[in-house]
Amino acid sequence: MTEERWRLSQAYRIPLEGAEKLDLRRWAGRMFLLGATHMGRVAYMIFEIIRGLKDWRIWLPRTWEQSYQVGVGSLFIVFLTAGFAGGVTSLQAGYQFTGTIPVYFAAGVITQSLILELGPVLTGLILAGRVGARYAAELGTMRVTEQIDALESLGRSTVSHLIIPRVLAGILMLPVLVIFADVVGITSGWLAARHTLEITNYDFVYGARYFFRPYDLWYSLLKSVFFGVAVTLVPCYMGMNTGKGAEGVGKATTAAVVSSSVLILAMDAILSELLL
Amino acid sequence: MIRLIDVHKRFGDNVVLDGVDFDVQRGETVSLLGPSGVGKSVLLKHVNGLINPDWGEVFVDGELVPLLPRKELQELRTKIGYVFQFGALFDSMSVFENIKLGITDPACAGDDHFCRMRVQECLDLVNLSPVTAEKYPADLSGGMKKRVGIARAIAGRPTYLLYDEPTSGLDPVNADIIDALIQKLQGELGVTSVVVSHDVRGSFRVGNRIALLTEGKIRKVGTPDELRDSDDQAVRQFLERDFGSAVVG
Repeated sequence: MTEERWRLSQAYRIPLEGAEKLDLRRWAGRMFLLGATHMGRVAYMIFEIIRGLKDWRIWLPRTWEQSYQVGVGSLFIVFLTAGFAGGVTSLQAGYQFTGTIPVYFAAGVITQSLILELGPVLTGLILAGRVGARYAAELGTMRVTEQIDALESLGRSTVSHLIIPRVLAGILMLPVLVIFADVVGITSGWLAARHTLEITNYDFVYGARYFFRPYDLWYSLLKSVFFGVAVTLVPCYMGMNTGKGAEGVGKATTAAVVSSSVLILAMDAILSELLL
Repeated sequence: MIRLIDVHKRFGDNVVLDGVDFDVQRGETVSLLGPSGVGKSVLLKHVNGLINPDWGEVFVDGELVPLLPRKELQELRTKIGYVFQFGALFDSMSVFENIKLGITDPACAGDDHFCRMRVQECLDLVNLSPVTAEKYPADLSGGMKKRVGIARAIAGRPTYLLYDEPTSGLDPVNADIIDALIQKLQGELGVTSVVVSHDVRGSFRVGNRIALLTEGKIRKVGTPDELRDSDDQAVRQFLERDFGSAVVG
């Protein structure tokens, strides 16, 4: 193949002879290399984060700032989601709990499903959209407008200034938001259950306490810590490695939300298998 | 002193630098000329380690930049002020906070009174009023952003100043103001500077020496007079585009 043909094919996206045939081995090889590259870079970023923790004078004030934005800024949407989740769980329990099943079982189902699953997972997914997209877009824009290069050229650590505060904010705030989500979800589930199941307050509290184990709460909080890492670390990585221009920022933002959401679902499955 | 020896850099199939040899002596200002997209900014980013070469050596003050450990590289960068092409100001921060971030000595950066004085001093050096300190980058014109970028770069009292296209996108009046500013800073601060540009007139005005980068190599280095008198066809062609026959002929 002449060099001229190669250049033309690259410039005008003309398929070369045989290029239209899908070579699965080549595709798999490329995907593996791409995956390994990303894994390596993320591992290096984690290493840099651990190394940067000693610069607490830099990241501590910024962590409070970020925590406020993640925590207080997400309260409304978390309340709304958890409220609906609790209410709908209760309505569906009302639909399914007919006949001989004692009604206080419904209280156990509502509280347990919110504490073990809906609270952490829904909050994680909401934050993947709200915080993840924001972080990827923010850092991506900083990358394409050379603000990150500027920070490095001033002898500053981008990890201590930009990454650590964001990741720590996620790790600190997600468990707090999950606790709020659990409380709001259970309360709305309780109110809905009184209407649909005609359950008494005594029966609801009895059912909730009957099935509750303190370990479930710890499990829920532990899961939310992992989700906190997923909704911050992945978007930060995507933002820091943004391609060129507005298109690059858009792609990084989409990739950040999709990747962190998938990671949350995968972590949910793995942690359920390991810890329950 | 800055020295690049046989530096090669490629991005994918695109060879940007193909054996660049370049040096800048202490206290002088070298203008690096070349067509757009030839790799001038890439070369400049090698000096403070924002980009590492695929092959070759980059020395600053005798230190081999690509092999410096993280801490030492950060320390070296505090001695090198970098003025970015589009300012690269932190848009979530005010002008004051932007310039304050340029104060790289931790002891000084922690002293609020010192910072206020230094920011005012830097704004004064780049001919901006003290009121500018409270503004945000979005409130500034292109020329003002460039000047704030310069103020941030000089806030840490650097030994070297690297300017990446300081006058691109500016009208002739503002471009002249920036050129005059570069000359003023060289005179007042005595810094060693590299000015990357494709503006031939401005480069000849501010540079003690001029280097022409074409096809990944330094084609010619010399004083402005030496370049004007050069017989090299590529040099003449490049200068003619801006100066016309009045200068080259």
